[in-house]
Amino acid sequence: MSISTQSKSSSPVKNSLTSGQRPKWLVPAVMVAAVVVGAALSALIGFGIATWAIFSAVIFLIAAPIAVTTIEGSRKGSDAALTYVVYAAFILAIIPLISVIWTVLVRGVPTISIDFLTTTMGGITGTVDQAAANAGDRPPGGALQAILGTVAITFWATLFSVPIGLLTAIYLVEYSNDNWLGKVITFLVDVMTGVPSIVAGLFASALFGLMLGPNTRMGIIGAVALTVLMIPTVVKATEEMLKIVPNELREASYALGVRKWRTILKVVIPTSISGIASGVTLAIARVIGETAPLLVTVGYFERVNLNVFNDWMATLPTFIYQQLMRPVAPTAPDPSTDRAWGAALILIVFVMVLNLIARLIAKAFAPKTGR
Amino acid sequence: MSKRIDVENLNVYYGDFLAVEDVNINIESRSVTAFIGPSGCGKSTFLRTLNRMHEVIPGAYAKGKVMLDGEDLYGKGVDPVTVRSMVGMVFQRPNPFPTMSIRDNVLAGVKLNNKKISRSDADALVESSLKGANLWNEVKDRLDKPGSGLSGGQQQRLCIARTMAVKPDVVLMDEPCSALDPISTIAIEDLIHELKEQFTVVIVTHNMQQAQRVADKTAFFNIEGTGKPGKLVEYDDTATIFQNPSQKATEDYVSGRFG
Amino acid sequence: MLTNLSDSEERTGRRPGGETSRSSLANADTSGGRAGDKIFSGLSLGAGILIFVMLAAVAIFLTWQASPVLDIPATSVSGGEGFLNYVYPLVLGTLVAAIIALLIATPVGILVALYISHYAPAKVAKPVGYVIDLLAAIPSVVYGAWGMTVLSPALAPFYTWLSENFGFIPLFAGPASATGRTMMTAGIVLSIMILPIITSLCREIFIQTPQLHEEASLALGATRFEMIRQAVLPFARTGIISSVMLALGRALGETMAVALVLSTGGLQWSLIRTGNNTIAAEIALNYPEAFGNRLAELIAAGLMLFIITLIVNFIARAIIARYKEFSGAN
Repeated sequence: MSISTQSKSSSPVKNSLTSGQRPKWLVPAVMVAAVVVGAALSALIGFGIATWAIFSAVIFLIAAPIAVTTIEGSRKGSDAALTYVVYAAFILAIIPLISVIWTVLVRGVPTISIDFLTTTMGGITGTVDQAAANAGDRPPGGALQAILGTVAITFWATLFSVPIGLLTAIYLVEYSNDNWLGKVITFLVDVMTGVPSIVAGLFASALFGLMLGPNTRMGIIGAVALTVLMIPTVVKATEEMLKIVPNELREASYALGVRKWRTILKVVIPTSISGIASGVTLAIARVIGETAPLLVTVGYFERVNLNVFNDWMATLPTFIYQQLMRPVAPTAPDPSTDRAWGAALILIVFVMVLNLIARLIAKAFAPKTGR
Repeated sequence: MSKRIDVENLNVYYGDFLAVEDVNINIESRSVTAFIGPSGCGKSTFLRTLNRMHEVIPGAYAKGKVMLDGEDLYGKGVDPVTVRSMVGMVFQRPNPFPTMSIRDNVLAGVKLNNKKISRSDADALVESSLKGANLWNEVKDRLDKPGSGLSGGQQQRLCIARTMAVKPDVVLMDEPCSALDPISTIAIEDLIHELKEQFTVVIVTHNMQQAQRVADKTAFFNIEGTGKPGKLVEYDDTATIFQNPSQKATEDYVSGRFG
Repeated sequence: MLTNLSDSEERTGRRPGGETSRSSLANADTSGGRAGDKIFSGLSLGAGILIFVMLAAVAIFLTWQASPVLDIPATSVSGGEGFLNYVYPLVLGTLVAAIIALLIATPVGILVALYISHYAPAKVAKPVGYVIDLLAAIPSVVYGAWGMTVLSPALAPFYTWLSENFGFIPLFAGPASATGRTMMTAGIVLSIMILPIITSLCREIFIQTPQLHEEASLALGATRFEMIRQAVLPFARTGIISSVMLALGRALGETMAVALVLSTGGLQWSLIRTGNNTIAAEIALNYPEAFGNRLAELIAAGLMLFIITLIVNFIARAIIARYKEFSGAN
């Protein structure tokens, strides 16, 4: 092999395997240059951190592959281009997540207090808010009614959807043998996964509207709407878990002269219970933040109402929506916005705790296999 | 408690496909019978028809008579669940219930059926079953530990103990040693010799030495080609099958010329 | 003569026409609860059928409650020009928001999935997977709140700049919204919400790429880019398409991000001006106070949304089903 191309290589060893490689400093140097040029360019249109970052990134994504191409050829150049684009996409995807979590923490934490968690919006009028805003106080009122409402409605939705979802999954895995009915149900469950949440809300509202008169609002209607959204998740999670229970265990049980239903209840389900429980928990976490269906079925209420069979109720998601869209004091929306972020923080904590519980359940109750 | 099995004109189907054709065989009580033959010849399928386990597979059914001491397993009104409590089965891979302790695994057949059993009866049953499976001394100090924590050979003996605790008349074994190491295999083979005193044992094996070591009688199954049904070719004393078979196919197989 | 009744143990395997035998085997119930089998299988079948009933009920009740819209005189419908004239701007707005979301989320989602499956070191890939799942776990109302109070003001100057420099393109015609609460912002928020769907589905598919194909490609001296082009992408093409369709289904039906972010208005070309609306947002914003004709109108709009998402999801499922047949997976 010729030794013509080892010109600027910083590598002390010069052989045919390492010749023609880009120097190690090349890419960092392009990066520094991109940052500098990016700063200059963004200064032209009004300097800002965001524009600076965007310009720098774009320049780097264009310049770095070109630099690599000139030294190592177009194959390495395109490889480098994809590599940088992939990393850039990842960073791009992470930014909003960080921003959302940061915003919720920074704006939600100061709002959270014992008062916020234990009082309602009862008696909080525009004047009260206005006064608090003028005095720069912590926002008055609290989200107790919304927390209790969320718990109540989610509880009922879980109560409806878990038995239906569980039994459907059992039918699909243990009884259907892939017959036409099983295929139809599987298809319908897939269709149900795609039902927009607002449509589920409209359905529940229309259903109860026919029975109890239009514009009836109560917790149980919201629970039915959430049930429609929750069932497919529960079915899918349970189905997956039942499928991974080895057939050998079922056969072992049958061979002992145990009936199918007892085999399912006492062998199959106990073996997969951790997966099912964590799947159900994740399904709860998913519907607990649903807003649209509750908006059209449950409405919003300023005080505590625990009776899901009567009257309007507040929930955390509708509380957030209400505070943002209809501030208590339209001229001083800050206390309302603060309350919205406080409620958002509580809601996210709910969701995260549920996710964490799901993981813990999956770990703690997994069948012990260790020697 | 041990019963003889007489099979008359048994055909096994998977949907439209005839998997095993026209089997006639008489299995003595308190004996060990081995089924040998090449892969796919239907010996495992046939074994499963002896306690109606084949019905677990969608589309599988059998036609013919299987008599357990003169009573037809496929007679009208016979519940397969009852059949299975009389004819127990041990599988290829040890399959203790992962959610249960060793003790509960042994009692599974009783407990899963919600039968009431007193604490002392249960203890006695666990001890006698585990002793019967030559496992008592190894696990008596950790009966409350999960069964899946045992070694493969111990797990398989636990599964045998679990089968014995139901007090069946017949024990079917579907290649019980194929997933085990040689030392565990010997332990199981020793156990089979002892089981013969109480039960009728039928074992499917790929290992011809094993058939010679454990079986009183041996049945050779064969298949003529893919898509053809499996058939019982020859059934005789083990010594005859291996030393002086009457069929050419049997001789070819046992001498290792094919399969 | 022989029937194949695989779902019932009692019947399969029994010899047809078998005569009654008075044996101890027959009629003996050693395990008890023979009825339990029937009850339990009946219950589980009932639950499955309930799902069918539920979906049918969704369709029937929505149609029923929406039907008055056909009888109302055109002048009584909002806008005064009949239901179709009322609903088509909403349908278009729904599609536009979803398309913006897809244009952003598809490339980013696929690339992030590639990052997890083929670029990130094993130690990083797993936590990154968690983080993407975390994105999916955040409730939509929180994204909406974020889009309304953080993203919109942040983008407002950019929109102004866009309208000043690229205003000749109808999509960026000024005057730009001063609050930034525009269709564009709504689309961006939607894209963040559907990103996890695309990423997690694509990641699953990329991971399933046959190792043999990848190694064959690398052994021929391919760079990682060439290997991905030769082995991974051809294998994953249908999977990517179906994941994008599923994400589209979600974007079409997503309500809160749009309801909170967008200051709604009539249909217009510009994406950075105040205006436009989607079906879901229209319902969420107006249903609570609606009654009579307005109620029927909104439910009819919801029915249209249901049908649109149904079609999109149906196409996605059909692609997945075909893809499964070809790959032999599962």
